[in-house]
Amino acid sequence: MVTTEQVWAALAEIPDPEIPIISLVDLGVIRDVAVDNGTVRVAFTPTFLGCPALEVMRDAMAERVRALGAEPEITVRSDDSWSTDRITPEGREKLRASGFAPPAPREASAPTLVQLQANVFRCPYCGSTDTRLENIFGPTPCRSLRYCASCRQPFEQFKTI
Amino acid sequence: MNEQEQQLLLEIADDELILGWRDSEWTGIAPLLEEDVAFSSIAQNEIGHARALYELVARERGTTADELAFDRAPSEYRCARIAELRLLDWEKTIARHYLYEEADARRLEQLKASDDPDVAGLAAKIDREEAYHRMHAQMWFDRLKDEARFTAAVDELRPLLDAGRDDHTQELDELWEEMTVVRRSQPAGTTW
Repeated sequence: MVTTEQVWAALAEIPDPEIPIISLVDLGVIRDVAVDNGTVRVAFTPTFLGCPALEVMRDAMAERVRALGAEPEITVRSDDSWSTDRITPEGREKLRASGFAPPAPREASAPTLVQLQANVFRCPYCGSTDTRLENIFGPTPCRSLRYCASCRQPFEQFKTI
Repeated sequence: MNEQEQQLLLEIADDELILGWRDSEWTGIAPLLEEDVAFSSIAQNEIGHARALYELVARERGTTADELAFDRAPSEYRCARIAELRLLDWEKTIARHYLYEEADARRLEQLKASDDPDVAGLAAKIDREEAYHRMHAQMWFDRLKDEARFTAAVDELRPLLDAGRDDHTQELDELWEEMTVVRRSQPAGTTW
């Protein structure tokens, strides 16, 4: 009989398809795990609704659950109860260490994102707050492009959702 | 979910699907590399919103998001005419973007107050993403607001927001052909 702890441990080994240094558990997108006899129900929330990695993540989770000898039931929860504030401290540190600025807290950034950016967006390389927005949009929907005026390094900023 | 609410969700989903396709037409050819990235990203988000909205309606009607998105006749779509126009000049693209995001924000506020927790929850999630579209539209509005070509484009396109959703342009028929050609060419029984 599979335990929820075993399921969480298995899911923690799945890398994010687009930022593989961080796992789905670090990212905080797995909302709920429930074991019911031979069935494992996993609920997760995509960072962005149009995330092209959604199917890849769903399949990876199903595969891990099957490897534990259980039948997966993966559901997508599309509501506002998840935010980038749920990214774990370990996850934030992994992001920063590989050159992605972690998302600013929701409270500090919404709804006047533009005015407050300067205080909350820190360069992941040198730690300076002297950074500016280059493009709201980046290589994936969940990232923006910023530039650090202090160490003259462009970097990617995880968007606050 | 009552019929009226389903219709509203379909209107929004159709707007987002069609506008998403139109925005994606800038991929590779926008006047600035940053805008190439921006409109591609916005397109991806809008189509993601359309899918999530179709899924809610599909659940009520015992069908699928894909069937709602692609198996209706063009005349059955509920999108606004402003979303249908093809590859506009840049000033018109920005004018449409600005007008659309403004109108979209108003109806999302309405949906966030819905009694149906699935509708309200999804609307709140969509709104978080749309906040970035609005920032982008506002940035361009501030840049172009004193340009005569831009203000003329805003004046020209504004009426198309509320022009009614029963009549469509020739451009929607053409887009429907492109959008569904692969799906229609598949042998019966193909699963996606």
